[in-house]
Formats: sequence, C-alpha cells, structure tokens
Amino acid sequence: MATATLTGRQRGGWAAANLVVIVLALIPVVWLLSLSFKTPGAVTDPSFWPAHWTGGNYGGILTSAQFLRPLLNSIGIGLISTFISVVLASMAAYAIARLSFPGKSVLIGLALLIAMFPLIALVTPLFTIERTLGLFNTWFGLIIPYVAFGLPLGIYTLSAFFREIPWELEKAAKMDGATPFQAFTLVIAPLAAPGMVTTAILVFLACWNDFLLAISFTSTISSRTAPAAMEYFSGGSVFTTPTGPIAAAAVVITIPIIIFVLFFQRRIVAGLTSGAVKG
Amino acid sequence: MSTVTPAPETTAGPAHAKPKKQRPQLSEGAKQERRLAFWLVAPAVLVMIAVTAYPLVYAVILSLERYNLELPQDTKFIGFANYGAVLSSPYWWQALEVTVIITVFSVGITLVLGMLLAQVLHRTLFFRGTIRTISLIPYGIVTVAAAYSWQYAWTPNEGYLSAAFNNGAPLTSQAQAIAVIIIAEIWKTTPFMGLLLLAGLSLVPDDLLRAARVDGATSWQAFTRITLPLMKPAILVALLFRTLDSFRIFDNIFILTSGNNGTASVSTLGYDNLFNALNLGIGSTIAILIFICVAIIAVVFILGFGTAAPGTNSGTR
Repeated sequence: MATATLTGRQRGGWAAANLVVIVLALIPVVWLLSLSFKTPGAVTDPSFWPAHWTGGNYGGILTSAQFLRPLLNSIGIGLISTFISVVLASMAAYAIARLSFPGKSVLIGLALLIAMFPLIALVTPLFTIERTLGLFNTWFGLIIPYVAFGLPLGIYTLSAFFREIPWELEKAAKMDGATPFQAFTLVIAPLAAPGMVTTAILVFLACWNDFLLAISFTSTISSRTAPAAMEYFSGGSVFTTPTGPIAAAAVVITIPIIIFVLFFQRRIVAGLTSGAVKG
Repeated sequence: MSTVTPAPETTAGPAHAKPKKQRPQLSEGAKQERRLAFWLVAPAVLVMIAVTAYPLVYAVILSLERYNLELPQDTKFIGFANYGAVLSSPYWWQALEVTVIITVFSVGITLVLGMLLAQVLHRTLFFRGTIRTISLIPYGIVTVAAAYSWQYAWTPNEGYLSAAFNNGAPLTSQAQAIAVIIIAEIWKTTPFMGLLLLAGLSLVPDDLLRAARVDGATSWQAFTRITLPLMKPAILVALLFRTLDSFRIFDNIFILTSGNNGTASVSTLGYDNLFNALNLGIGSTIAILIFICVAIIAVVFILGFGTAAPGTNSGTR
C-alpha cells in the first residue's frame, strides 16, 4: 500500500470520509433510540433528542405479551430454521466441494435461482398450501420456507469455505481406515466450523429480518414474529400512534444484530463476499 | 481462488473418469462416492424443490382460475383471462413503473456510493475494524425497524427530517414518497454493495495503479482505465444481486406508505390482491408476471456476464 506517501491533507480527507460514513450509517439507528426514550407526549416534538428521557416505552413492551410472545417466536423460529439450514447446507456443500457426482452444476444453478426468487411469487401458492396442510399460523409454517431460502445462501457460502479446507487431512483419515462419513464428521466438520458459524449468522439474520412471509403466514401472536408484530401495536387511544413502543421494539430487535456485527464483523464480511466475487 | 480451484479437481475430478491410486476398487469407490453425494444433497434439494418449484407450478394453475376466497364455490378454469385483466389494468403498469424507477435509481446510486464506500474501506488506515463494523449495521438491521425510523423522521411535527425540510410531509405525495423509499433502500443496501465491491477492489494490484501514476495518469484515469475494468466481474455480480433484490421491494413500501398515493410496487400489489381482495387467481397471476420479469432481468445480466457468471467457477470448472 502507498501508506508512506500519504500527506497530511490526504490523511485528513480519509478521516473526514470515515466520519461521513459513520454518521450516515448511524443516524437512523440513533433516531430510533432517541424516539424510544421520548415520553408519549413528547413524540410530537421533532427535536432529535428527547427533552425528558423515559424508560416507559421499554417497560411497556417488555411486559406485554403482544411483544414478548412474538420476540420468543422470532428467536425460536430463527434458531430452528438456522440449525436445519446449516446442517442440510453443510451436507450439500460438502458434496459439491468434495465429491464428484452428475448434476452438480444443475444443483448450483438451482440454489442461485432460488436465492434470486421473488418471494411474493411464492406467497400466494404457499398460503393456499399451508392452509390446506394446517401449517398456516404455526412455527413450522415459517420454518419450512425459511429453511428453503436459507439453503441457497448456506450452500453457496459453505461450498466456498469448504473448498479452502486442507483436504489432505481427509485423505490421511481415510488412509487410516476412516469411512467417508467418519472423515466428514470427525476430521472435516471441526475444520469447517468457522465457515458454519458465518453461515449460521447470515441465515439467522435473513430469518430475523423477514417480514413478507411473517405477515403472510401468521394471524395471531402465537406464531407472529417480532417485525410483523410491531404493526399491531396500539397507541394510548385511537388517535395516537404507538410511536414510542414501536421505536422501543425496533431497538430491541436491532440489539442482536449489533451484537453479531460487533463480535463477528470479519466473519460476516468474509461470508458475504465468499461466493460472489471470486469469478 | 483461481489458484485453489484446480486442487479439488485433481483429486475429485478423475475419481469417476479415470483410475485413482487404488486400482481394483475404483468403480466401486466411485459408485460409493456418488451414492454418498446423492444422500448428502437429497435433503437440501428436496426442501428447495418442495418450497419453490411445486408452489410455482401451483401458482401457474391458480393463475388460470377464477378463485376468490370469498366465493370459493365460484372457482373455475378461465384460461388466460386473469392475465388479460392484470395486463390491461393501470394498477399493474403503475406498480411496474414504480418498481422499475425504484430499482434503477436505488441500484444506480447504491453502485456509486458503494464504490465510494469500498474506496474508503480499502484505503482507510485508522479504525479499519470500527468503520467496517459500523457500516455493517444498515446491512444487518431489520428492514422494518429501519423503515419505521424513516417513517417517523419524515412525519410532520414529529420527525427531525420533516422539521429540517420546512415541516414537509413527503410520504403523502407520490414523487416525494418514492424518493423517500429510494433513500431508505440506498441506506440499507449500500454497505452490502460496498463490501462486494471491496472484495473486487482488493483483487486490483496496487503495483499496477502505482505504475500508472508514475506514467503520469491522474487518479481518475487510473480508476477508469485500470480499476474499473479489473473489477467488472465483481461489479456485475453485485449489480445482479442488488437489481433482483430491489425489484422485489416490499418491506420499505409496506411500512412507509402501504402502497398508497401511487407508490405500490409489484410485490405490494400482489400482496394486496391476495390478503385484502382475497383474490387467489389475480394474486397468482401477478406472482407469475413478477417471476417472468425477474427471469428476464436475470437472463439479460447473465448474457452480459459472459463467462463471469456466478456459479460457473464453483462447481463444474
């Protein structure tokens, strides 16, 4: 890098650019945070920071089943979907990266096709199918499509990771008498763990973020996820919008994302760019 | 990657084509390998097909029927009448126009801003990790949460942005609402674009850029003549992902305007026909038309890719 040749002015320029990035990225999030601490009356005060800070909005949503149950649904549905997706995607990605079999390129094409699929095109038929099968408004009614859409992401990311694993170890294990299955579970899986963690984070974020399927396939808080539930919050009266509670709920569902990003920044970046650019 | 790719092939490739080291059990080994591959791949394929291919076929059938959930006994095969109804409806064409406008502007501006972000991330020397972490927040945040933030910010008498713009109510006028939607999309997706482009940018050799500068090229010339051509594959992949993603825009519009004032996208239109009009026939027809649009976009991009299409390097070769 041309590190040494940077002048003071260039240095200042990059620092300013960094500052712009930080401010632009954070302002909408900080605004939500500020709104969530405003008193109900002060919501109609357009100043950026609250005049009086209150935790009342958090107290309200965190004692209300209208938010807690959907939050639990979000966590449960997200974790189960992520687990199934990562297990199935690992198996398929291993086959893609390591084994030779006919139809491999068709499989990769299929995964890519599904990753690009317009979700709304599936909502109508899946809605009808789920009603027929009794899956409508159940956890599994969301888990099944989440797994289906987590799989392409998982297969794509994981096969990129799997290709970088030192496979001589697998051969050595086989030479020592391990079956292909043992070689997979005992030797390769531990090596593949970092890639699997990355994939799990990306899939979980995708499930956590979903809104269209969540509002389409649920009808009560027994299976509605948090993003979908915020719509149904009610204000103090018919004429007040529940701005404070919604802002507080939005902050609560943003916290896990901030934690993931803080702890797994490198992994998320690696995962996002793994399959895409290495043309 | 290009140095890594051939490695599996030298071991895996010949396995079913020509003998490996253990001569006698070759065909048995290859068969075993195929059988294992089949069992490893089968569950994933099964789930993907069950949730996408089968409903898609079902959607085609539904789109050929008159099927309203309020009048289920009136269900009947009517051929392409639904398609005629949708394609002659001004709502469909307006939604398509809005979707295309949002896609073109948000993807175009995101590409430029993403390129700038990639440069900042690539060149910055201090707080590298911090900048990357913070720029990931818009990518990770739940779209609905961010959409509420934008909605309240633009609400007159409540939001700081509305206050900054003369207490305006942009979400109630078509053009301004679409602009707000585009801003929300750009904010959310620029980090993803930036990271994809950053990965492409790191493949551009610094020596080459320095040599160009020594030869008297300006920064701009070095960027347009060296960086951009070398990044073409990364740019095309990022554009394809973003375009298809943007074309199915739903969350932001649903929260910000509910598709009112002529801001419905094709996805929100399809949703309304299903859940408000309970019209499965028309809803399915819109779904199929969206699918066709997406297929056209994908084919156009893949023709533009040539050999750089994603996936072409990953499995076969």
